[in-house]
Amino acid sequence: MPKVVTISSGKGGVGKTTTTANLAVALAQNNQKVVCIDGDIGLRNLDVVLGLENRIVYDLVDIVEGRCRMRQAMIRDKRLPELFLIPAAQTRDKSAVSPSDMVRLCDELRPDFDWILIDSPAGIERGFRNALAPADMVVVVTNPEVSAVRDADRVIGLVEAEEKGPAKLIINRINPVLVRRGDMLNSEDVLELLAVELIGIVPEDENVIVSSNRGQPVSLDGKTRAGQAFQNIARRLMGETIPFLDLEARDGFFGRLTRFLRPGGK
Amino acid sequence: MSNWFDLLIGRKPKSAGAAKERLKMVLINDRTDLNPDALEKLKDEILQVISRYVDIDPDTVSIEMTQEGREQRLVADIPVRTTNKRRRAG
Repeated sequence: MPKVVTISSGKGGVGKTTTTANLAVALAQNNQKVVCIDGDIGLRNLDVVLGLENRIVYDLVDIVEGRCRMRQAMIRDKRLPELFLIPAAQTRDKSAVSPSDMVRLCDELRPDFDWILIDSPAGIERGFRNALAPADMVVVVTNPEVSAVRDADRVIGLVEAEEKGPAKLIINRINPVLVRRGDMLNSEDVLELLAVELIGIVPEDENVIVSSNRGQPVSLDGKTRAGQAFQNIARRLMGETIPFLDLEARDGFFGRLTRFLRPGGK
Repeated sequence: MSNWFDLLIGRKPKSAGAAKERLKMVLINDRTDLNPDALEKLKDEILQVISRYVDIDPDTVSIEMTQEGREQRLVADIPVRTTNKRRRAG
């Protein structure tokens, strides 16, 4: 079973950090011992999304440069005692850490954790290389939108070239209304284009914004649609077979009539 | 990609189809580092070389970039005119 999972995307703003936070929470809820590492040195955000920003003393760069021990930089989540965060440094840049530093750090963490989730920064440069180096598995997050799909394809190719593939795909922020109207790529379209294994579909859900405002990831409360989607992904990571949420099929009489009248139309 | 129903109610074709078609082309380009112009040139040169050895009809030839999983594959279907046919035609 994979242990070090890197969450990547190429393009920024598709929901990497939200995904990392929610998968970490959902795995911890399943009694897994989880540490998540913010790989975005200089632009840290995993701490605020998890609501742990006020408890940072040391960070990733402090560990790497020997200013503290690993344990001192790990923040334990009070809601879920099996969940830890290693925050990124905010006043340094990506070159403060090397891929081999990341491999060494993760090797040290491996015996103590079931999962080590790494939130990769956007882009395909140093920060991405750092996040990729220790990975057993790479999860690529994309949105059903041309620029995000294109960048995802590029990252999937790079992951393969580094022999860390095949990457797994999360399609985030699907808007079922737009899909039904034919104005958004559906999950089959994206899968056909990218040709990788799907591990989750997450609907666009305003609860994601509400919960990140409060620093309480949606998956803490399994009643929201996005929260449920992230919990399903966590269980798939753990090896369970969970059917995908059917976000696109629900439509009323007129939708069915339209589809009936438009052969081949979507 | 409009059809008769769209035309009937005066609806524009949907944008998801356009996104998919455009992405297909862009991904071929990104993955192979081959732009559409270069691909056309490649096809022309392949045909030139083949027609040096056998008789082919350029109108029946198809050379396409296809996707199989994450692999791009250049698939060529090039019917060759046989001498028999030529004799009959001539």
